Amino acid sequence: MNDGVNGVALAVFIFFFVLVTVMGFLAARWRKAANEHTLDEWGLGGRSFGTWVTWFLLGGDLYTAYTFVAVPAAIYAAGAAGFFAVPYTILVYPLIFTFLPRLWSVSHKHGYVTTSDFVRGRFGSKGLSLAVAVTGILATMPYIALQLVGIQAVLDVMGVGGGENTNWFIKDLPLLLAFGVLAAYTYSSGLRAPALIAFVKDTLIYIVIAVAIIYIPIKLGGFDEIFASAQEAYSETNPATGAPRGALVPGEAGQWTYATLALGSALALFMYPHSITATLSSRSREVIRRNTTILPLYSLMLGLLALLGFMAIAAGVKVQNGQLAIPQLFENMFPDWFAGVAFAAIGIGALVPAAIMSIAAANLFTRNIYKDFIKPDATPKQETAVSKIVSLLVKVGALVFVLTMDKTVAINFQLLGGIWILQTFPALVGGLFTRWFHRWALIGGWAVGMIYGTVAAYGVASPTQKHFGGSAKEIPGIGEIGYIGLTAFVINVLVTVVLTFVMRAVKAPDGVDETEPRDYTADAGDPGVQVELPPATADSKH
Amino acid sequence: MRVVIGLCLLAPFVAMLWVGSYAKTDPVFIGIPFFYWYQMLWVLISTALTMIAYKLWQRDQRARSAAKGGAEQ
Repeated sequence: MNDGVNGVALAVFIFFFVLVTVMGFLAARWRKAANEHTLDEWGLGGRSFGTWVTWFLLGGDLYTAYTFVAVPAAIYAAGAAGFFAVPYTILVYPLIFTFLPRLWSVSHKHGYVTTSDFVRGRFGSKGLSLAVAVTGILATMPYIALQLVGIQAVLDVMGVGGGENTNWFIKDLPLLLAFGVLAAYTYSSGLRAPALIAFVKDTLIYIVIAVAIIYIPIKLGGFDEIFASAQEAYSETNPATGAPRGALVPGEAGQWTYATLALGSALALFMYPHSITATLSSRSREVIRRNTTILPLYSLMLGLLALLGFMAIAAGVKVQNGQLAIPQLFENMFPDWFAGVAFAAIGIGALVPAAIMSIAAANLFTRNIYKDFIKPDATPKQETAVSKIVSLLVKVGALVFVLTMDKTVAINFQLLGGIWILQTFPALVGGLFTRWFHRWALIGGWAVGMIYGTVAAYGVASPTQKHFGGSAKEIPGIGEIGYIGLTAFVINVLVTVVLTFVMRAVKAPDGVDETEPRDYTADAGDPGVQVELPPATADSKH
Repeated sequence: MRVVIGLCLLAPFVAMLWVGSYAKTDPVFIGIPFFYWYQMLWVLISTALTMIAYKLWQRDQRARSAAKGGAEQ
């Protein structure tokens, strides 16, 4: 694979990379507001994005480079089980249709920037808000690291990743450059940069998928051929496990896993800080609901993309590291220049979410740790300054993580991150619909869910790993194999409900709720909701 | 109206979580096993359902605010 540098592909890749870099810096001037030194401006793009910008931003945010590499890689490795990403993204949209508009309204009314802001306002509990913030940051960090893994895969296949014997500095230089540039324009332009770059990224991705899904099957002799050779490959026995490599259709035993993974991941997706950041940057409630009807286009693309995993098998791509399967398929199948376009699509696909994630994590730190616990009287300008610096630190942290540790560590943490972030669901979505849960009960449920999830994931072994070998384990009491995150979530809810009864019985003090029922349905332009936002600090004064 | 909206949003969950109903190879469509094209088809179906839910919800909101406005006058 490292048979020299692919010059043409690399040139095309660099062209697009320079293009988005210029756009990233120019983005600061796009729809510039009068007061740029607030977190609303830097961290939420002035909450001004309409349907299409939000669509690109959310799409760029949720369907990351890692997704593009990992979903077909999972199919390549084991077949049907990897396809759960499709039902997962189908289920996401009916879910967010019901709760995100409420979150948007209440956040708009009270100037909330993060989910933790809302939780603190709703339950009057800094502790609960801190738990949500820390979970969010912990879950986001490895996610950013995985974006780097995505870029690395592309660089490797282009031949600029360096072989085993090159100096580590030369080897990692391209990655360092890419991230230096990313960090610089995120710092200067905030959320506007990824919003603008997302246009390029998605256009490239759609072109690449459309071409790949038509061109590659023709070259390989049609889908019949592709699935026939995949069937053959899956039925071969894996020497490590003594079982077949995979299957084209999940068997009886795999169906619970499939369904719980789809449901659990769907519930978790919009708990991630970066999804919420992209949502809150939209202009109105309508924009969000309308987006749930057009975002599934990405799911369709994801499904087609997943099929590339089968094509990689049929095309005879043989890689040790499954992450390289798709980039290698592009390299083998496409003419050099188009392979460059495809690699650029993946590379830029990593930059957009990495930028949004670092902004989201920075907002959480600034609003819910720095402001709540360190410097309560921070001005909006100071908040923005802190957020900008934290966004840099978060990225440096992710970079160090990827460069110093084994890739599997990042993947393990990402797996844990998904389980963890799901544990904030009761506080957030529960809080959007009811105030019945007691704040301390929510903390209790969260803690139990976190502990169960971590311990359970630690105990899963795979042929190659002793711990964190997968995300599915036997569900206690049912006996089927299911997604650990979902099991932990159910336990979390049960504990929360029981503890709420206990707290109510002992009359534990209920926090102050600063929101009102009508806040949850307010829309821009309604009486009492300003079109121009109050400064982000308005809520701290009462 | 709200019941219909609820059903539109609930249907994808029933269809997708009942994996046993679609975990099979046949019928094959242009070489793609049933398992795969059926789920891709559901992307389109669920999109249509969400769109219907959205339209109904808009109409519902309008009807409610009209009723409210009328009562106040």
